[in-house]
Amino acid sequence: MTNLKGHNRDLAERAYRVRRNAVLMGEVQGQGYIAQALDIADVLAVAYFHAMTYRPEDPEWEGRDRFLLSNGHYAIALYAALIEAGIIPADELESYGSDESRLPMSGMAAYTPGMEMSGGSLGVGLSIAVGMALGLKRKKSSSRVYILFSDGELDEGAVWEALMSAAHYKLDNLIAIVDVNNQQADGPSTQVMAFEPLVQKLEAFGWFTQRIDGNDLDAVVGAFDAAKDHAEAKPRIIIADTLMGKGVPFLEAREKNHFIRVDPHEWQLALAALEEGRQS
Amino acid sequence: MTKPVSHPAKPRLTTSAMIASIASEGQRTQAAPFGTALVELAKTRPDIIGMTADLGKYTDLHLFGQAYPDRYYQMGMAEQLLFGAASGLAAEGFVPFATTYAVFATRRAYDFIHQTIAEEDRNVKIVCALPGLTSGYGPSHQAAEDLALMRAMPNMTVIDPCDACEITQVVPAMAAHQGPVYMRLLRGQVPLVLDEYNYTFELGKAKMIRGGRDVLFISTGLMTMRALEAAKQLESDKIDAAVLHVPTIKPLDVETILKEARKTGRMVVVAENHTIVGGLGEAVARHMMLDGVAARFRHIGLPDEFLAAGALPTLHDRYGISTQSLVDQIKAWQA
Repeated sequence: MTNLKGHNRDLAERAYRVRRNAVLMGEVQGQGYIAQALDIADVLAVAYFHAMTYRPEDPEWEGRDRFLLSNGHYAIALYAALIEAGIIPADELESYGSDESRLPMSGMAAYTPGMEMSGGSLGVGLSIAVGMALGLKRKKSSSRVYILFSDGELDEGAVWEALMSAAHYKLDNLIAIVDVNNQQADGPSTQVMAFEPLVQKLEAFGWFTQRIDGNDLDAVVGAFDAAKDHAEAKPRIIIADTLMGKGVPFLEAREKNHFIRVDPHEWQLALAALEEGRQS
Repeated sequence: MTKPVSHPAKPRLTTSAMIASIASEGQRTQAAPFGTALVELAKTRPDIIGMTADLGKYTDLHLFGQAYPDRYYQMGMAEQLLFGAASGLAAEGFVPFATTYAVFATRRAYDFIHQTIAEEDRNVKIVCALPGLTSGYGPSHQAAEDLALMRAMPNMTVIDPCDACEITQVVPAMAAHQGPVYMRLLRGQVPLVLDEYNYTFELGKAKMIRGGRDVLFISTGLMTMRALEAAKQLESDKIDAAVLHVPTIKPLDVETILKEARKTGRMVVVAENHTIVGGLGEAVARHMMLDGVAARFRHIGLPDEFLAAGALPTLHDRYGISTQSLVDQIKAWQA
């Protein structure tokens, strides 16, 4: 990380803290989609601490950029970022997934400040994002809609309906990020249903498309900047190739599963591994 | 209950048009009441927008699109996208009226309505043509189960209007209501009936349209029109039939329904343009049972089977929801 530019070194610290928050939440429940949280932490750090405009004390501020989480099971990662952003108090972290908590296992709009949609039924988010982007344009707002979804969601036909319509309506205020960690419920995403060549497909659908290493902070920052600055009246998408378990070497190396096994004693080891990565 | 009614002298009808009119011959009608009412309402409601999935012309929403082209979104033949995007526009403070056929909204896009609209309590108005058996096109276009599906969804208000007079009043009422609404739409040349009865629509209210001592029709949608016609015909048989119109299926006006059902000496006949599974009939029966109302109970609705293609008058006779078959059934039950 020593090669990172100055501001991006700060982002590395943010990403570390997002990962740490996620691991602490995983420890509360003794489970969780922790491998996904670790893979997407760099993207979330750049979204919340570089790209987006928002007011932590007023999560519904009209001038905010909207961030939609379509893959609701990544809620553990988004909560971790919302805590780091000051939108959710840090002391709620230990309530994750518990009765009466504002932080349910799967993200839902009514429960959590800063949660813009109810995810969980995979493939619905991009349609909502299209509607929000149309709505912001109607209001002549300069806010943007960011939406995160997963490579597995590419199997859902409605995602392609929404991809087509975003280009039809020239939604240049819409920035999608697809997390390609190549893992979904039944196995590697590319084996469950071949979706490559993804860049060519998305370009053919009329999107300004970038493909990056989603765990390379300089690349993530560059992609978000380019997505915001791009001149063409097209929706923008960032294909982020990520590594499940990123930042915790023994989880990176573990046999990949949608729902990764973590033994009770390993949560502390994971925190130690993150701390070690932070120092290096 | 659904035995075919034979009319041997009648020529065989051959139309199986997708969007045949439900108006009977010589009936007074009004053109496109939904589109007309929405255009009128939108003059003072800039937050109202129109959206459709390639069925603007066939849901009368094209009138809105012509009047307000910049407030009209064509989403293509993509119902899941239609409702997801409607949710997004509602989240930004707009009031989308989203139209398609009832089958595509309730069957194809059910999860999108459930998750992006109902669960998030978004202010989206879902307006669907070809409800129940109003298409001769076969099961692909016959939404026999739409009320059952929509009333099972928390947060959803469900309305089944009778005629053009009612649709004209429902449009501003559903816009004034905060939250998701599903309305069954009659489109094109729509029968005009309730204006003769000085009718006023109120969201959530059942209305007595006609009194009677022998039979109480509890009806919704176009079946109220049929019940009123049947009641007139039954007069000559000395059968005095009342008609309670229940346009709001959810929330149900249980108080009025029970008040009328409790009156002694009347057979209660629920009539709906819907499968006998999960619609108004089962809802009324449930509340009567819970309240201990022991009136004789009959249920006129579509059978639990895939319905045939054919001309609508033929099908309405065959499945027992035409005026004549209502008359025949009531006479048999009262004999």
